[in-house]
Amino acid sequence: MDLNELYTELILEHSQSGHNKRHLKDANCTERGHNPSCGDDITLELVCSEDGTIKDASFTGIGCAISQASTSMMIDLIKGKSKEEAETLADIFLSMIKKEITDDEELEVLEDAIVFKNISNMPARVKCAVLSWHTLKEAIKKGA
Amino acid sequence: MVSFNVEKIREDFPTLNQQVNGKTLVYLDNAATTHKPKYVLNAIKDYYEKYNANPNRGAHYLGVSATEFYESSREKVRQFINAKSAREIIFTRNATEALNLIAYSYGLKYIEEGDEIVVLISEHHSNIVPWQKIVQIKNAKLKYIYLNEDYRLDMEEVRRKITDRTKIVSLAQMSNVLGTVYPVKEIAEYAHSKGAIVIVDGAQSVPHMKVDVLDLDADFLVFSGHKMLAPMGIGVLYGKEELLEKMPPFLMGGDMIEYVEEQTTTFAELPRKFEAGTPNVEGAVGLRAAIEYIEKIGFENIQKQEENLTAYALERLKEIPYVKIYGPLDMKDRGAVISFGLEGCHPHDVSTIVDSYGVALRAGHHCAQPLMKYLKAPATSRISFYFYNTKEEIDIFIDSLSKVRKWLGYGS
Repeated sequence: MDLNELYTELILEHSQSGHNKRHLKDANCTERGHNPSCGDDITLELVCSEDGTIKDASFTGIGCAISQASTSMMIDLIKGKSKEEAETLADIFLSMIKKEITDDEELEVLEDAIVFKNISNMPARVKCAVLSWHTLKEAIKKGA
Repeated sequence: MVSFNVEKIREDFPTLNQQVNGKTLVYLDNAATTHKPKYVLNAIKDYYEKYNANPNRGAHYLGVSATEFYESSREKVRQFINAKSAREIIFTRNATEALNLIAYSYGLKYIEEGDEIVVLISEHHSNIVPWQKIVQIKNAKLKYIYLNEDYRLDMEEVRRKITDRTKIVSLAQMSNVLGTVYPVKEIAEYAHSKGAIVIVDGAQSVPHMKVDVLDLDADFLVFSGHKMLAPMGIGVLYGKEELLEKMPPFLMGGDMIEYVEEQTTTFAELPRKFEAGTPNVEGAVGLRAAIEYIEKIGFENIQKQEENLTAYALERLKEIPYVKIYGPLDMKDRGAVISFGLEGCHPHDVSTIVDSYGVALRAGHHCAQPLMKYLKAPATSRISFYFYNTKEEIDIFIDSLSKVRKWLGYGS
């Protein structure tokens, strides 16, 4: 995979802007996810309403450009969605990485996060891209 | 001293002469594993083509030959580290298995409640996790010796941490993250004066310098073959004979027994007492060839080349803005490992970007999470040399490193 394909403007913008990187005062669900081997370590914070809507989301922590950008894009995507919808999106993202879903039309729902489609060609970086999505699924499973 | 021609030496290493990502490979991850010269590869091939049998059993020709190969490798290792007897050389899978053997055999038998085991904060997980297990089981205590700001050791701190309750002091001779070479001999002397035994993890030192177990007065020394030109899966445990004699076996099974009755067993003599199951003869043969190759080049040449490379790399790294080096900045008591951070860039991005220029380096916590926490660094990048590296390779690395921040969207 070419570096130009990996470190795109979109990914760099998300990894550096930090617009989703903050604490949420009224978060009612936090879930930590980490890749021990590389030192990516994020904590996802969610504000979920009683009807199961993710009203707000953010993250804190450290990691490489790929993990930070992937987390930030995911947060943009799930805000305002129901937990079920968010979980479905996470499944679609993970299927995209595993090349189980390759049809761009089907992947459109992932919005910006579709840029990670080709990360599967870089096995060493796959776990950076999927970290936040696994963390989200874990958070929902534990009853966010 | 034999003359040293690095270009000629590189011809011996098939893996070094290849293109990756369309660029010439620059391999700077030797602290993880080294490449293998044809001399080692051929020794292994030769063994499998002409011999190949289980050592220590069977009276047929091949079996006897395999035994001779295996035992002559042991003798080579004995001579290499200057042990008194080949009975003191136990083959293991690697340094990690050797440390586990000591922990489970010696540790479980001789550590008691309230005893202390002392390690350095810079230890590899393999020299931390087994001891955590032993102190948990025995209700003993694991203590850490911390480092100075210059990443070196203060004997005052050593004397503070090693007490009359200390039973084991276990330390790497050289840090796989910082490159610091520790004064093992001095520490061993003090530890012995307090009645403790000393375990030396030589995984990073044995491939690069003459290590003499008698001179160090090490009670145990462990190291891995694959970090010194030999194949993966062969390692060494050296132990003083009187200690190995009084230790119970670690793994049970074939080859390590004398008589087996329905309910009881008596065990084989050293070293076979600690070598259950069909051993890694291929690995032992490869390790012997690796030692022969290293001896042919000579530690004097190896050290000189590595010192030149490390000094040059330190100098060039200091030229790059935004670089922070984790480890001694000068060459005193320092090996060919340099860890660093590049401001604003995660080590994994650094690794991916320089890899696209053909440069192989290591990113992460280097199996030393307690040290990373102590340094307040979540991860670092690391370059590490062996005698086959060149200054030109360092130039290529520095050139690729100077491009990393631009790729990550910084102005410079």
